[in-house]
Amino acid sequence: MPAEQIKIVKNGLWSNNVALVQLLGLCPLLAVSGTFINGFGLGLATLLTLVLSNTCVSVIRHWVRPEVRIPIFVLIIASIVTTIELAMNAWFHELFLVLGIFIPLIVTNCSIIARAESFASKNSVLDSALDGFMMGLGFMLVLVILGSLREMIGSGTLFANAHLMFGEGARDMLLTLGDDYPGFLLAILPPGAFIGLGLLIALKNHIDRSLQQRVAHVELPAESSGSAA
Amino acid sequence: MLFKKADAPYLSNNSNVQQLMLKVIYALIPGSIAMFWFFGWGVLFNLLIAISVCLASETMMLKFRRRPVQPALMDGSALVTACLLALALPPLAPWWLTTIASLFAIVVGKHLYGGLGFNPFNPAMVGYVVVLISFPREMTLWTPPMGVGDGWPGFMDTVTIVFSGVAPVGQTMDAITMATPIDTLKTQINLAYDTEYVRAHRVYGELFGPVSGVGWEWVNGLYLLGGIWLIKQGVIDKRIPLSFIIALILISNLFAVIDYSSYSSALFHTLSGGTMLAAFFIATDPVSASTTPKGRIIYGAGIACIAYIIRNWGGYPDGIAFAVLLMNMTVPLLDYYTQPRTYGKSERRS
Repeated sequence: MPAEQIKIVKNGLWSNNVALVQLLGLCPLLAVSGTFINGFGLGLATLLTLVLSNTCVSVIRHWVRPEVRIPIFVLIIASIVTTIELAMNAWFHELFLVLGIFIPLIVTNCSIIARAESFASKNSVLDSALDGFMMGLGFMLVLVILGSLREMIGSGTLFANAHLMFGEGARDMLLTLGDDYPGFLLAILPPGAFIGLGLLIALKNHIDRSLQQRVAHVELPAESSGSAA
Repeated sequence: MLFKKADAPYLSNNSNVQQLMLKVIYALIPGSIAMFWFFGWGVLFNLLIAISVCLASETMMLKFRRRPVQPALMDGSALVTACLLALALPPLAPWWLTTIASLFAIVVGKHLYGGLGFNPFNPAMVGYVVVLISFPREMTLWTPPMGVGDGWPGFMDTVTIVFSGVAPVGQTMDAITMATPIDTLKTQINLAYDTEYVRAHRVYGELFGPVSGVGWEWVNGLYLLGGIWLIKQGVIDKRIPLSFIIALILISNLFAVIDYSSYSSALFHTLSGGTMLAAFFIATDPVSASTTPKGRIIYGAGIACIAYIIRNWGGYPDGIAFAVLLMNMTVPLLDYYTQPRTYGKSERRS
């Protein structure tokens, strides 16, 4: 894969992650990440929206005048979200009911218009689609991790209601951690979402910093020997 | 002739954090003994668990943050947090509840914000509120005070309840525990009974003493004495407790005068639940409380009003912890708008 594409992948998944670095789309992120399945469902819907909207915006980027670009982006995103909403209503009806207002609200997720404006309107179609996919994947991963953590700590289960997405056979996926787990309500309530996201961001920053320090340690002796020579 | 010359400041004041915190601990002793007398061994277990977990997590966090452990641990601030938290928790709280509350108080409430001096919220109340909203059922495990019903369970029974979470053989949790007077009054009044009826009730009536609840009047009275000693020692400023208590008396009197049958007297409110503990020991936390004279008066009165509202119309047994946290949030604003006038400057802000 060429360097340009590797950079897009890295940006989306880690160094410019929508949820952990840009801190965009926090409203659905915090509201819906109560369980693994909710997080996964909304993450998937957002991922799909990002790929489609980035592709469409990139395709028409030569014909849209800069003065009217924002209304056009909004129109495109709104149509895509409506399509996805109708599709989910048809095929994942129960999940659609659980996620409720947050599916139509994907349209207001700032990360989607941010990618359309800052990336898709300036880059080729394939790059834009890749960018949308990676940004969406990064967002979905955070949603899934936060959702699993909150579900495990809050109610002591994992993959509850998996049948909403994967059909009746997935009911067996349910894992229970200890039968007499009293449930830690705070993790399911909104403060748990904020605290959990804060801890995830702290973890990411910590990993970044220790990586940086390791690089600095490796480079320092080379520099000093270079100056001595 | 050579005169020895001293530089300003001429006031010698040897107070340091450790001495202040030790004095707070001394002032808590009479009230804690009363708590132990009226509510039994559980109070002692709470104190032991909270102190050991708080000190251990303080050490751990200081190590993580690569700070010197010895001075920060010896300043006693973690000890005070642990004691305040333990005295606020119900006596039959299971051990893991006390542990989670203590961990949250020190790790999240204190060290994640930067340690002593940087925490915007009172750590003990952060820990208390976390377990209050997470485990509402366990937070009702109060024993009947000494002299009511069978009183509190014996030593071995308490060990069983605290460390295994189930009632001793042949007894049920409902028989051992009893709601606090504030909680009882609120529940009964919500069921459309009036205060007279509750006080005369065959079972609930026993909970109420001549002034407030049996035991609670002593506990609060002794906290009040300890608090007055703290003011005399110059450890805490008198403005916060005074404005807190006066505001609570005013607002509870107002409602009691309007409708005596559904609102308790001012005396009941000032000597019930955590009122005095909050007024002298929790609201006066030097880090998270307001620091200007006017700001402190508003801060104390604000806590009283919010606590009264939650006590009477809220869903939780006592509202003081929420009130303290809510007013902690207003402190930066209070401090900004109540800066005292500098001598020689005009009152008007430039």
